[in-house]
Amino acid sequence: MAVLLDTSTRLLVQGLTGREGTFHAKAAAAYGTTIVGGVTPGKGGTTHEGWPIFNTVHQAVAETGANASLIFVPPPAGADTVMEAVDAGLALVVCITEGIPTLDMMRVVTFMRGKASRLIGPNCPGLISPGKAKAGIIPGHICREGCVGIVSRSGTLTYEAIQQTTQLGYGQTTCIGIGGDPIIGTTFVDALRLFNADPETEAVVMIGEIGGTAEEEAADFIKREFRKPVVSFIAGQTAPPGRRMGHAGAIIAGGKGTAAEKMAALSAVGVHVVKSPAEIGAAVKMALRSS
Amino acid sequence: MKIHEYQGKAILARHGVPVPRGEMAHTPSEVGAIARRLGGTVMVKAQIHAGGRGKGGGVKLAKTAEEAEQIATQMIGMRLVTHQTGPEGRIVKRILVEEGLQIARELYLGLVIDRAAERPVLMVSPAGGMEIEKVAAETPHLIFKAHIDPATGLLPFQARSLAFSLGLEGPAVGKAVKVMAQIVETFSATDASLIEINPLIVTATGDLLALDAKMNFDDNALFRHPDIKELRDFDEEDPLEIDASKYSLNYIRLDGNIGCMVNGAGLAMATMDIIKLAGGEPANFLDVGGGATAEQIKNAVRILTSDKNVQAVFVNIFGGILRCDILAEGLVAAVKELHVTLPIVIRMEGTNVETGKQMLRDSGLNFTTADAMDQAAATVVKLAGGR
Repeated sequence: MAVLLDTSTRLLVQGLTGREGTFHAKAAAAYGTTIVGGVTPGKGGTTHEGWPIFNTVHQAVAETGANASLIFVPPPAGADTVMEAVDAGLALVVCITEGIPTLDMMRVVTFMRGKASRLIGPNCPGLISPGKAKAGIIPGHICREGCVGIVSRSGTLTYEAIQQTTQLGYGQTTCIGIGGDPIIGTTFVDALRLFNADPETEAVVMIGEIGGTAEEEAADFIKREFRKPVVSFIAGQTAPPGRRMGHAGAIIAGGKGTAAEKMAALSAVGVHVVKSPAEIGAAVKMALRSS
Repeated sequence: MKIHEYQGKAILARHGVPVPRGEMAHTPSEVGAIARRLGGTVMVKAQIHAGGRGKGGGVKLAKTAEEAEQIATQMIGMRLVTHQTGPEGRIVKRILVEEGLQIARELYLGLVIDRAAERPVLMVSPAGGMEIEKVAAETPHLIFKAHIDPATGLLPFQARSLAFSLGLEGPAVGKAVKVMAQIVETFSATDASLIEINPLIVTATGDLLALDAKMNFDDNALFRHPDIKELRDFDEEDPLEIDASKYSLNYIRLDGNIGCMVNGAGLAMATMDIIKLAGGEPANFLDVGGGATAEQIKNAVRILTSDKNVQAVFVNIFGGILRCDILAEGLVAAVKELHVTLPIVIRMEGTNVETGKQMLRDSGLNFTTADAMDQAAATVVKLAGGR
């Protein structure tokens, strides 16, 4: 079983007619994902690469029965695009766009309160349920259907964790890139809750990084409720304070948000914390053997 | 993005926040002229993008215009070192000259995004003029907070409650409520990521003024604030970092001797970590992004090798979208064109990795390839002359 995304997913792509939207929609379709159409305001009624294009998400949902959306739009339009998908009642909204202003995202999370949609991202690689479907840019060929759930704030580090667990033969249930921004739709705790309830997920790899307190909140949750082994790597152990390390959210501010604090909080609740990203696979192996 | 104090005060003043009268100057004679215009005692304040200026000798009081001019003569061009600049300090090029004021109380006011609460938080403290991190660590009961709902903004009762917590009385309460509302308004109108007024003073006559102003802005929102974007002071930034930003490369210069080129911010940080674990020191953080072009790779190689401390280069790429053969082609071309002789260790994984490796081997250049990240790190540390 996978979480959030599977063969019943009917995916709409907002920004399908753009270069990135086209490239990744084709890759997702080639992976076996059911893509039902796209939304590009002003291009409604046309087709693109064989997919119908709609002016609004509401129209697209009414005509195609879409239940999820994947977003590739420029950052100034990001927040509005997400809210349109949420307003149309899509269960899953995945926003790849990098560079959405923080105050825009604050409005998005406020708008989403009490609504049923789950947002993944923004500024993320999306998610993939190996062998079933993908909504995002994670390369399908490094994945393998299996028993490890992966959740990560970083894109390429997610691929490292995927590759290592694939090479050891464990494979993945679902890999979720939650994104590197300060304000995001789905947190580590949300993802852990989903993996906790998924009978096929036997262990979880959680990749964090400097900035914020999401890893500490995950540690609290793991202590209270999580019943499966967790392996974790925190990027930025050597990052200087006060500098934004690529991701908008990766910054040590006022002495807070260091890797050391996060690693200590996770170790204290029994998480297998590795110092090197090269050790993720081996730690999963150890964790699964001892559980 | 960071701006100077005088720029921050100008923005705050536009939103109604009271600030001292003052002007910015580049030369001692300009400083003298401004001091004469202001009359009486003035403050001469070095403008650099770092805190702790007072302790480093960057903030001085002058009783006359002549004294102000004299202070400016020493201050302009000086290397100002504070706890936030690092040992290399910053060269002072701009001076803010302001009227001197009679201070009755020094308060603290800060506004930042609380990531966990997903909204801004306004923080005030009666312990103004001190480092707020120190206040938070030693006397946390002296910090008072109010979270701001994006739908309603700061509510008057929240501001009143904070004003009373600061021990304000009488007309000062109303003035503080107004200032807080104006600062919150400035924050959302400018897409700020931080506004810090330390100190916010109460004068002998009962007025509230922002005596200092630190403002940072959300880089992602600068597209809708061209006026703020123009305030960027390139003198405050590393020339290599400015160079890199022109090619959409995310480069941060560090102190070590191993140059790094990586795709993805998380992997770039992890690469620095693994170098340190292997006993080396990274010279930089460099994220070339998900779909780096040959042109970007060439500029990345040029920028990271123009740091004279660099003794060896570590290229760590996970090719998901970025194909390894494209990367190899770009690297070979860049190294040939730029005549780079430094040893380069390359660890590639992902799409077309075998083709990529073969291209590197066939190039006849000073490349070492490795399959595993930890093995690659150990190799590059050895080549850089480390352990």
